[in-house]
Amino acid sequence: MTEYLAVLIFIFAGIGIVLFTFLLSRLLRPINPYHEKNINYECAENPIGTSWVKFNNRFYIFALIFVIFDVEVVFLFPWAVVFGQLGLYALVEMVIFIGILFFGIFYAWRKGALKWV
Amino acid sequence: MAEPGIVFWILAVVTVASAVMVVTLKNIFHCALALILCLFSVAGIYILLNAEFLAAAQVLIYVGAVAILMIFAIMLTSNLASKAIRQSNEQVMVGTVVSVLFCGGMLALIYLTDKAIVSEETGVAFWRQVRGTLPADNVASLGGYLMTKFMLPFEVVSVLLLAAMIGAIVLARKEKA
Repeated sequence: MTEYLAVLIFIFAGIGIVLFTFLLSRLLRPINPYHEKNINYECAENPIGTSWVKFNNRFYIFALIFVIFDVEVVFLFPWAVVFGQLGLYALVEMVIFIGILFFGIFYAWRKGALKWV
Repeated sequence: MAEPGIVFWILAVVTVASAVMVVTLKNIFHCALALILCLFSVAGIYILLNAEFLAAAQVLIYVGAVAILMIFAIMLTSNLASKAIRQSNEQVMVGTVVSVLFCGGMLALIYLTDKAIVSEETGVAFWRQVRGTLPADNVASLGGYLMTKFMLPFEVVSVLLLAAMIGAIVLARKEKA
């Protein structure tokens, strides 16, 4: 349990640094907003529309496939911990596990779901 | 479990506060960010309960994947995050009643289960006083069981994931056509 103290310190340090920087810059900077300062940053060009734009739908299929493989990775953790003790037996099991999932990525590839049309 | 310490209370306050933010914030994108904070602090509570694998799975799947999927869904839907659309619905009262009932049910379950546990040695015992033994290495024993005793369910999970993936591809592609 105590080893997680480092994680906690990291989280608080991360929050603290951001808060400190924002607070310091608020104290030091002159506050003088005008229209040109407040518009969205677009490399010195005048922006067209708002910054809340609709992203391309094609990203969604990649997100869905990512979720599936994320779940797969969770199963890799306990496998990796006991791999040293079980050896070849565990290796064969994991090859079957990933092999079944490989059909999925093969299916996605054949159906052209990975293609950027 | 030992008496809840200061860390538990910090996590509990962050969890509840961010959960309230999820349903009250005006911008749905900010709601999704608050949900990430909520799920993350729940992972912290899992660590306090010595459930390290569960915490890792929570961070990987909920914080890493499900929340990202929600943010994708928000950003891929046109104008969902715009200020012109009301972000809350009209059923605040019904929602409040349902959540209060659910919370009461959970509390009743926790406190009534107290009396139901019967220990063989000492007769009736409160479940919070019954201490099981924790395996020295949570993840290793889980992996050991997964690779030997629960080998078949482990492989079936792979088939389930395959079905989910093919289903997702079929549905997502049908929408496009």
